[in-house]
Amino acid sequence: MTAERNEVVLVANDLAKHYPVSQGFLKPKALARALDGVSFEVHAGRTLAVVGESGCGKSTLARQITMIETPTSGHLVLGGVDVASADAATRKRLRREVQMVFQNPFASLNPRKRIGHALEEPLAINTALSAAERTEKARAMMARVGLRPEFHQRYPHMFSGGQRQRVAIARALMLQPRIVVADEPVSALDVSIQAQVLNLLMDLQEETQVAYVFISHNLAVVELIADEVLVMYLGKVVEKAPKRQLFAAPRHPYTRALLASTPRIDAASRAQKAVLAGELPSPLNPPSGCAFHKRCPHAIERCKVEVPLLAEVAPGQWAACHRSAELA
Amino acid sequence: MPLLEVDQLRVEFGSTVSPFKAVDGVSLRIDAGEVVGIVGESGSGKSVTALALMGLIDEPGRVSAQALRFDGHDLLAMPLKQRRQMLGRDIAMIFQDPMSSLNPCFTVAYQLMETLRIHEGGSKKALRARALQLLRDVEIPDAERRLDAYPHQLSGGMSQRVMVAMAIACNPRLLIADEPTTALDVTIQAQMLALLLRLQRERGMALMLITHDLGVVAEVAQRVQVMYAGEVVETAAVPRIFEAPRHPYTEALLSALPEHNIGQRRLNSMPGVVPGAYDRPGGCLLSPRCPRVQDKCRAERPALYGPDGAQARCFFPLIEVAA
Repeated sequence: MTAERNEVVLVANDLAKHYPVSQGFLKPKALARALDGVSFEVHAGRTLAVVGESGCGKSTLARQITMIETPTSGHLVLGGVDVASADAATRKRLRREVQMVFQNPFASLNPRKRIGHALEEPLAINTALSAAERTEKARAMMARVGLRPEFHQRYPHMFSGGQRQRVAIARALMLQPRIVVADEPVSALDVSIQAQVLNLLMDLQEETQVAYVFISHNLAVVELIADEVLVMYLGKVVEKAPKRQLFAAPRHPYTRALLASTPRIDAASRAQKAVLAGELPSPLNPPSGCAFHKRCPHAIERCKVEVPLLAEVAPGQWAACHRSAELA
Repeated sequence: MPLLEVDQLRVEFGSTVSPFKAVDGVSLRIDAGEVVGIVGESGSGKSVTALALMGLIDEPGRVSAQALRFDGHDLLAMPLKQRRQMLGRDIAMIFQDPMSSLNPCFTVAYQLMETLRIHEGGSKKALRARALQLLRDVEIPDAERRLDAYPHQLSGGMSQRVMVAMAIACNPRLLIADEPTTALDVTIQAQMLALLLRLQRERGMALMLITHDLGVVAEVAQRVQVMYAGEVVETAAVPRIFEAPRHPYTEALLSALPEHNIGQRRLNSMPGVVPGAYDRPGGCLLSPRCPRVQDKCRAERPALYGPDGAQARCFFPLIEVAA
């Protein structure tokens, strides 16, 4: 199951997810375009970070990748197989390849189940291992994520937040997946614990060559852990670039605004403080043209009418902005 | 005379024989119009300190202090009724989670007017006009319409603005903000901090900002107190604390920040967690986690040492503390 580093393990092509939303009795249903034309590749042993404000479609994207939901349109290719056209047995096999770590470790573990049980459950469902073998594997995994194997019989309430997140990571890795989707895995943790868990994630990636889809709104964390970054706004990708390029020379005004909004300690790195006005518009009634134009400091007439397309603005760096060339 | 003067504040829970000291001897001084940051991880006692100041620690929790003075009035000695008049008017607080701090059953206008009615009174029409003005002060767009909105109709950022409006309704002299931006997106967080600072400047309010985000402190506060396991471990001015921390815990917190580890293979992380109720070590509370621990640290508990505003609770501070 171990993939070569840089092998493409997941391809998303023009992925879209639209939810019908009830507007009230007898009124026609509105369509929320939670995800609209998103394309990217995920490589083994590498980390793709997905950044954006709440409501930008990050979690919807996670639900499509993990096959919890079926995309409205577009293709998802996992390990060379198109998910949409695969039969049920193949889909079941593919599900093992993508696992998830959730934001809140206080809510994502069943309080009534011992953590040994939580770790063994994926094996019990998906493999033919005996109970003794499953326990063996669970204990080995606990040791790998830095938990004492003796804690096997403990309940989640006996652990701190950082330890619980370790349990959640161990659970995600039990089936040796190729991709782990981590939805804000450290945002509920304190600074010193956050550093421990980030180190663990990076160590595990080095050992197993697992690919991460790392969803976060914390750009400082993203700058550390990501290889590639996808910036989303209202269901669309507005910028996509290798980490170094994105942080050194962001090309979309929204990416710049996100960077400027992040609180920094070093006075030098927060010289230009441009607070973005307003909030994310409703996906039910997105603005015409560029969805960002109402909050954008550089918006011109053209932005109000014409939707900008994602275009390569520098080698490997893509941005969806009419003015990315002049503003560079 | 400082606006708020807290000396040796203690908050205890549990049995009287072996109490759990959530806050153990915290002293704090805030001058009028000053912005002071209180930093620490979960379990360090920063929120409990704020709740104790607001008189929100209920039985069986026990609050004691050698002095607890606000604007010259002794909060401990004053009758409960008088204290309650003061809280919410002269000292106001905003909480971390705006979604659960507003009452879902009442409109924004009702909740704003309730605060004004209790502390100031007036006709319904006048109160409503004041409420509208407050919403405008906190930069809520389309304020007339939002007055009659219920909390579930507001976004997280809007709810937090309403909370701020409620807190500043009676022109408090001191605003305690407990993690006011933690639940918000970065762009909204930046807006919220800008708003709090503008209100603080315009109204000459003192602001006590409780946060675990050192970046927020660096941008906003003038002074900072670092807390660990119920104690103050370092007090310092901003930005000095970021350039030259004295306490090993402050140093560890700073070096664990992702922004200080860019380009490195791994983050500098401190092992272990903040000790809880049953596993507080003897000696210095940081001793099991401290990279610079020595035998003396395991045996004795250090005292907070140094001149006001430049103190550290450490036998072996990184920079010598002046006597």
